[in-house]
Order: sequence, then C-alpha cells, then structure tokens
Amino acid sequence: MRYLPLDAADRRHMLGVIGAAGIDDLFADVPAPARLSAPVDLPYHAGEIEVERELSALAALNRPAGAGPFFCGAGAYRHQVPATVDHIIQRSEFLTSYTPYQPEIAQGTLQVLFEFQTQVAALLGMEVANASLYDGSTACAEAVMMARRITRRRKAVLSGGLHPHYAAVTGTIATAEGMEIARRPAAVDAEADVLAAIDSETACVVVQTPNVFGTVTDVTAIAAAAHAAGALLVVVTTEVVALGLLKPPGEMGADIAVAEGQSLGVGLNFGGPYVGLFACREKFVRQMPGRLCGETVDAEGRRGFVLTLSTREQHIRREKATSNICTNSGLCALAFSAHMTLLGGTGLRRLAEVNHGRARTLARALGAVPGVEVLTPRFFNEVAVRVPGSAAALVEALAGEGILAGVPVSRLDPSAGLDDVLLLAATETTTAADIDSLVVALSRRTRG
Amino acid sequence: MSLNSVGRPTRPVSDAPGAGFASLSGGRGLLQDEALIFERSSWTSTGVDLPEPEAGFEDLGGLVRAEPLRLPGLSEPETVRHYVRLSQKNHAIDLALYPLGSCTMKHNPRLNEKLARLPGFADLHPLAPVSAVQGALALMDRLAHWLKTLTGMPAVALSPKAGAHGELCGLLAIRAAHAAHGQTRRRLVLTPTSAHGTNPATAAFVGYEVMEIGQTADGRVDLADLAAKLNDEVAAIMVTNPNTCGLFERDILEISRLTHAAGAYFYCDGANFNAIVGRVRPGDLGVDAMHINLHKTFSTPHGGGGPGSGPVVLSEALAPFAPTPWVVHDGEGFRLVEETEAEAAQAFGRMTAFHGQMGMFVRAYAYMLSHGADGLRQAAEDAVLNANYIKARLSGVMSAAFPDGPCMHEALFDDRWLEGTGVTTLDFAKAMIDEGFHPMTMYFPLVVHGAMLIEPTESESLAELDRFCDALLGLAGAALAGDVDRFTSAPHLAPLRRLDETLAARKPRLTWRPAEPGVAPAPLAAE
Repeated sequence: MRYLPLDAADRRHMLGVIGAAGIDDLFADVPAPARLSAPVDLPYHAGEIEVERELSALAALNRPAGAGPFFCGAGAYRHQVPATVDHIIQRSEFLTSYTPYQPEIAQGTLQVLFEFQTQVAALLGMEVANASLYDGSTACAEAVMMARRITRRRKAVLSGGLHPHYAAVTGTIATAEGMEIARRPAAVDAEADVLAAIDSETACVVVQTPNVFGTVTDVTAIAAAAHAAGALLVVVTTEVVALGLLKPPGEMGADIAVAEGQSLGVGLNFGGPYVGLFACREKFVRQMPGRLCGETVDAEGRRGFVLTLSTREQHIRREKATSNICTNSGLCALAFSAHMTLLGGTGLRRLAEVNHGRARTLARALGAVPGVEVLTPRFFNEVAVRVPGSAAALVEALAGEGILAGVPVSRLDPSAGLDDVLLLAATETTTAADIDSLVVALSRRTRG
Repeated sequence: MSLNSVGRPTRPVSDAPGAGFASLSGGRGLLQDEALIFERSSWTSTGVDLPEPEAGFEDLGGLVRAEPLRLPGLSEPETVRHYVRLSQKNHAIDLALYPLGSCTMKHNPRLNEKLARLPGFADLHPLAPVSAVQGALALMDRLAHWLKTLTGMPAVALSPKAGAHGELCGLLAIRAAHAAHGQTRRRLVLTPTSAHGTNPATAAFVGYEVMEIGQTADGRVDLADLAAKLNDEVAAIMVTNPNTCGLFERDILEISRLTHAAGAYFYCDGANFNAIVGRVRPGDLGVDAMHINLHKTFSTPHGGGGPGSGPVVLSEALAPFAPTPWVVHDGEGFRLVEETEAEAAQAFGRMTAFHGQMGMFVRAYAYMLSHGADGLRQAAEDAVLNANYIKARLSGVMSAAFPDGPCMHEALFDDRWLEGTGVTTLDFAKAMIDEGFHPMTMYFPLVVHGAMLIEPTESESLAELDRFCDALLGLAGAALAGDVDRFTSAPHLAPLRRLDETLAARKPRLTWRPAEPGVAPAPLAAE
C-alpha cells in the first residue's frame, strides 16, 4: 500500500519493543462483540490508475461551467482564477500545515491571515475582520447569533431579498436557540420592506445587496431605522466582486458585514469548500465568532503574528464560547487573499466594471427577447427575468442544448410563487457569443 | 481540532539570549524577511490583465464607490515570491512528523489534489440542473455508501463543513427527534471533562445545558457517575471514542445501553475514528450520531486551518431528521432532495447554502478507493502501532499518563517527570521546534496535568519515528540534567523567537492601518 511506510519486519520489531504478541493485543480494550475479524465489505486497495479512472469517469458525467454558454449565479459565481493562485495554495507549507497554534513556526500562515483580515475589512468598508468562516451562509447565521449576544434581544428580521438558503441556514441555527425569525416575503426590489417588521425586540435586520435577485440597494436608511430601534444592521453580499465598484456595507451603516468570498480565488467546486468573510465594528470584536490573527512582537522585538483574543473561543471558554467554531477556511482564505493581492484595488475595480458591462449586455439582450421581462431595476452582474411558463422546465430544456441558462427561483425557494422567474449572471468569463447563443435558444423556446 | 497552549498565553522571558550573528539586511540567509503587501509602493498597480470594460454605470442606481478601494496590487512575480517566502516560515507534514494529538496530521496524497481539480468537479456549479451534475451526485452517493459501511450506520448527512459543524448537525437532529416525540423537557447534555471544547460549546450553542461526567483513574468515563446523572432531563451524551486520552472506552456498550435506557441519544465525537476504521463500526457500539472529520481519518489537507469537512452518520432513530440536501437514487438517475417538505418533512433544516464540501468529498473518496477496505484497516493498525511504539520508547523517561495497557492512535504523557526541573510542558514543546519537529498538543486533555498528547499517524516510517523518539529522549535528558536555558528561551532556531501573546490580546491590532496612506504605523513594543 503506497501510503503506508511500515513493512512486516518493521511491525514485528515494533510489537517486540512494545511487548505485544500481535496487533490484536493493542485493540484488546474493544469489547469482543464489536471487534471485526476481517475487512468490511468494500473493494480492496487500488493503484493510481484505477482510482483516476473511476474519478475521471464520474467527472465526465458532469457538465462543467466552461463547457459552453453558462449563466448560473445565485450565490456562486464563475470567475477566472489566475493560475498563480492554485500554485500558491499547493505549496506544501500552506497545504499540509494546520491551524497556527505554534506561531514561531507558522508565520507564513499567520501573516497571510493578517493580510487577509486587512483586505476583507477594506473591501467591506469595516473596521475589523476575522480569519474567515466556513462560507457566506454560515457567516450570516453567526452574524445573527452575534447580534443576539450584543443586544440580548430575540428577534431577527430577514429581508425577502436574502438568499433563501442563507435564510434557511440562519433559521435552522437561530431558532434552535430560541430566536424568532421574521422573514419578509420574497421580492425583487424590497429590501426596505424590513422596516415594517423592526420593533423593540429586534436584535438585527439582515439585508442583502446585491440581493438574490441581483438588485443593488442603498441600505443607509435601513441602518438608521435599525439603529433608532436599538437593533444592528447585518449586510450580506454573495458576490464580492461587486464591492470593487459599489459602495461597501460599512459606508452604509452596517454593524456586521458578511460575504461569500468564493468569487475570488476559490472557484465553483459544486458548492464547497468556500470562504465566509466576516467583519464588524471594532467595538464588537470580543463578541466575534471564529479565529482572529493579531500583531505582536517576539522575544527579540521583531514583529510577528499570533492567533489572539482566544478567550472568546471554545477550546478555552467551552460552553461559554461565542461560537463552537474550531477552524476557519484557511486554504480558501489564502486563495482569496492571493487573488486579491494580484488584483489590488485597481484590478478589482476593473474586474467589477467588466462584470457589470457584460451584465448590461446580457440584460439588454434578454429584454429584447419577446415574452421575457427583466425584473431587476438596478443590478451589478446578475438579473432576474420573468419567462413564459416554468423557469425550471426552460433551464432543463436549454441544458439539453448545452446551455446552462441560470438558476430558477423555484430551485431555491419553491414556496415563493415565482416559478416563472429565472436568475442569470454574467461575469468576465461570459462572451458575446455565449449571450448570442442564449438569446437564440431562448427566443425559439419562448416563441413557441 | 482546537487545542494547544490552551489558556496559557506565552510571554517571552525578558533576558532571552541574543541571536548572536546578524546579517546586515536583517534576513537570515535563504530565509527572507518579507514585508506586508501593504508596506510596498504598489497601491495602484495590478497583476491581472483584463479587457477594457464597457462604459456606463446608470444601472447601478447611483451606488458607485465614491472612494476607490485602497488595496495594493502586485505583479505576478512579486506575488509568487511574497507567498513562497512566507510559506518557508511554516512547518508542514511534508517536512517532518507533525504529532499534534487529536488533529491527525497524516500524509496528503497528491493524486487526490489532482482529481479534485478535474473540471467536472472543480468547475461545476452547485445549482446547475441535476441532469448536468449526475457524476457529482453519484460520487456523493458512493462516498455515503463507504461512510455508512465503514461505520455500520444506516444514514449520513454529508453537508456539515467541519467537525464542529457536524457536532451541531448531530445535536440538531437529536433535538428534532426529542421534539417529535414530545420530549421537550430534556435540557441537558452530558459530556466528560476530557471532551474537546467544541462539545460543550456546541451543546450550549443549540440551547442545552452542559453537565460534566467524571472520569475514572484509568482515563475512562465513570459509569457510576454517568448512571447517576442520566435521567429524563438528559437529551444526549457526547462521548469521544477512542477518547481524548487516546484510550478506547472499554465500557462503551454499557455506556450506550444506559443512555438509551434513559431515553437519551448517544452522540459520538468521531475525531478519533482514524484509530479504529476498519476494525470497529460505531454502529455496533450503539452510537446514534457521529461526525467524521474527512480531514483527519480520510486525509483531506488541513490547509493551515481548514477547509475541513464533517459528515454525520445517523442511526435509524435519527435518520428521518437529517438536514437537507441529500442525494436520492431512483430509476432514472440521481436527484437532490433540497426542501424540507414531502419526503423531507421531518428534516430539521439546512446546515449550509449548498451541498457541503464537494472538493473534500472527491479527495476523501479517492483516499478510500486507494486504501480499500484492507488498506484502511491496515492504516488504523499502523497508526495504533506507531503510537504504542512511541509510548514504549519514551515511557522510560517521560511519565505516561495512563501507563497500564495499550493506547490507541495517540500517546498521552503528563508533566510529573518534569517536576523540579524548572521546565514546563510549554518549554519542552518549544524546544522540540529547535529539533525540527512540530510540538505535540499541549495542555489537552484538561484532565491530565501538563498534558502532552502525541499522535504520529500511520504515515511515519520506523526511521522517522526513531528520529523523533531520539530527539525527545535527548531533550528529556537535557531537561533532567538541568540545561534549563535550552527550554525556557526556546525556540532559538525558528523564524521567530517566542511571541508575546499577552501583548497581542491586550492591544489587539487585527488589521494593518497606515498613519497616512502608504505609511506604516509605529511598531508595537513590549512593555
């Protein structure tokens, strides 16, 4: 077995040193009825050739985004990740190390995290950011729980533009601890609809911009209303490339800003692993979930970095911790940070402008298709359109022609009553030819 | 897992011996000093070439940033050097034995990296129509089959994103099951003092009160104490097996019998499943829910602290409450159950936006296929053999916490043997760095004084194990001979000397902030 260095002679020698007659002696504490005398009923070991053959055959049954015209978004976006990023994350010292518990021999990871936190805080326009969470949806749930700790109130108001999966994850976690979730009806352009639900019991208001329908919203007035009621404003972003061009959550009064960072560096990966970005006002830092990296000095006065404020965390506080989270999404945070380092503010702005330009082209083209109506009034790189009949059926039919035409709202939220609404995104990877193919195929379907 | 210098922030001693020879530039030979990206002049440049954008922002509703985003951009060669230089300041499995107990730092096969990057997996959208993702769903189905077969459990929820997330999933399933049966007054979760910190944190996170179970002198759950505390207010017990002392719970069948008799569920923390995979099925032990850290037992890379993956296997009693989504195979192929209605009416909810850590599923499945049923069993045996070999070789000098009987995949020592030397567990661990090894897990589990938890994994050759044992015995000899400076001011040969964690916590500086754009603030100084 290629991954196991010991041979039979080694094992005999070691058993001798231990003073055991055989390997079974070392498993003597296992109760007899639970001991398996032989391997379980699964195939035996296989060489690289066989393993690669099986996995490649499975991969070939999928239709990757790059195989043809592709317009899926709804919380996961296809972007060009520079080849350099993948090279960097495959460095042994990043890939095969663990959480930097021993800072003297983990300065590589720690400096990356410090740079990552600084990049995320700047991007979201916030004062401090943590070293990442699992993904955007769990970051959203953590933000609501954090707001509860800060305000000691029990209710969270979620906008109808919040990604339905984010609402579901937040509801699952928050209701388990006795919170009340007030989710507003799904609507393309109604983030301000949360205002009616804010009351003196409200811990936080959660809004999303661009929202799941692609709508871009200035949430400054919502922040003011939340603050007037003693509640916090949580702003969610699932497409961080938008922040290269748009006013960031921090400038609109967000107390906590969370985002899915997958667009930079990480790739689609069928939904995971991704990287949750989490930032807040400095005064709330001790209520934050997750790992934090901070600057310090070593015994010779040289600058270094360590994990810090760990008295918030489960390994010390146990049942009194701010969260049960143990790790972050380290390697994805590195990928995000390396991509962000390549782009810089200038490159991200350009990338955002290219994305927006492609989306404008897409929206114009869709609007010209008879029977199709563009619903999103203000957008970055994604729009919702109304199509004749079932959007899900349309997507399946177009997939049969090799076009992945987007995400039907019914896939995310079957009870929303928006079965005829389709979400389509365009990025820098979308070509004019892709849009032409979509429009031609769509016109044929909608006409008849 | 969590762990290590738990609750004991370090402060360097003020009279640490100087570094001796110093270069003129401040670097250390090939080990380069590397500034933060913010300390360069590249504030307006970029390392990515992009096409000319179309003009026009009128569709943005007037929300364009007034201030441009201020972040530095580096050219590609500068970027590569920045990260490669930083990487050289890290220890890694690929460099040497990484004996972090409870964390299972085993070899990460590169075949798995290659396969996870196939476009059919890496460039696949989670919400593409199911007809376009049949291979991905088939892979999830096969992975589920392997996990269920290896654990002897009937169901698995794949979506949890890490071990702690899996614990949350398991407890939410337990909560839902109790609610469905009208057992709403069950408010307690029992967990041993030796438990991972995530166990009580998770229980509290979902609104349970935590009560500790005592431990016997031989490092196991105190059955009498458990029996006394089990009643109709207990929702679940959370027990790690093999436990955090590296020992198999001999009374595990009685533990599960008592738990079930009290109407509670048995949550098993599966962090140490790697010790028994292929030799013991948790389903045969009466477990109701157990998370499996794919990044431990099935070797997906730890990546400097994630991403992990924590699927949860479930018993018949808990299976109906599993979170969405899951994969179903019917006559025509695979499909996803994504909504909590109809066939998923009892599902407790959703753990994450999409389907879980697909990238980790591919790697873990490739690892399973490579090992096979025989290789996985052999891997568990080798992991246990290696730990017992270390325990046997070091026990003459260092004090094993539980000397009688075998350990499982990790060997636990305490600090009795250091008494009177002036050297602490922390000092000893830091001195290991100078010998080229990552320290073991320190001060965990909490039930052992000055704990040193050593987990070698099956990836180590006899030669590397001997090199490691020789180094530790050498250090132990130095400590006992009074060579205290070697320890109290260690590490001497790492990229940095001991770091001031107290200062970092007292004056948190969590982001780089310029006094003015492009100018670094004054450096922190120890008081």
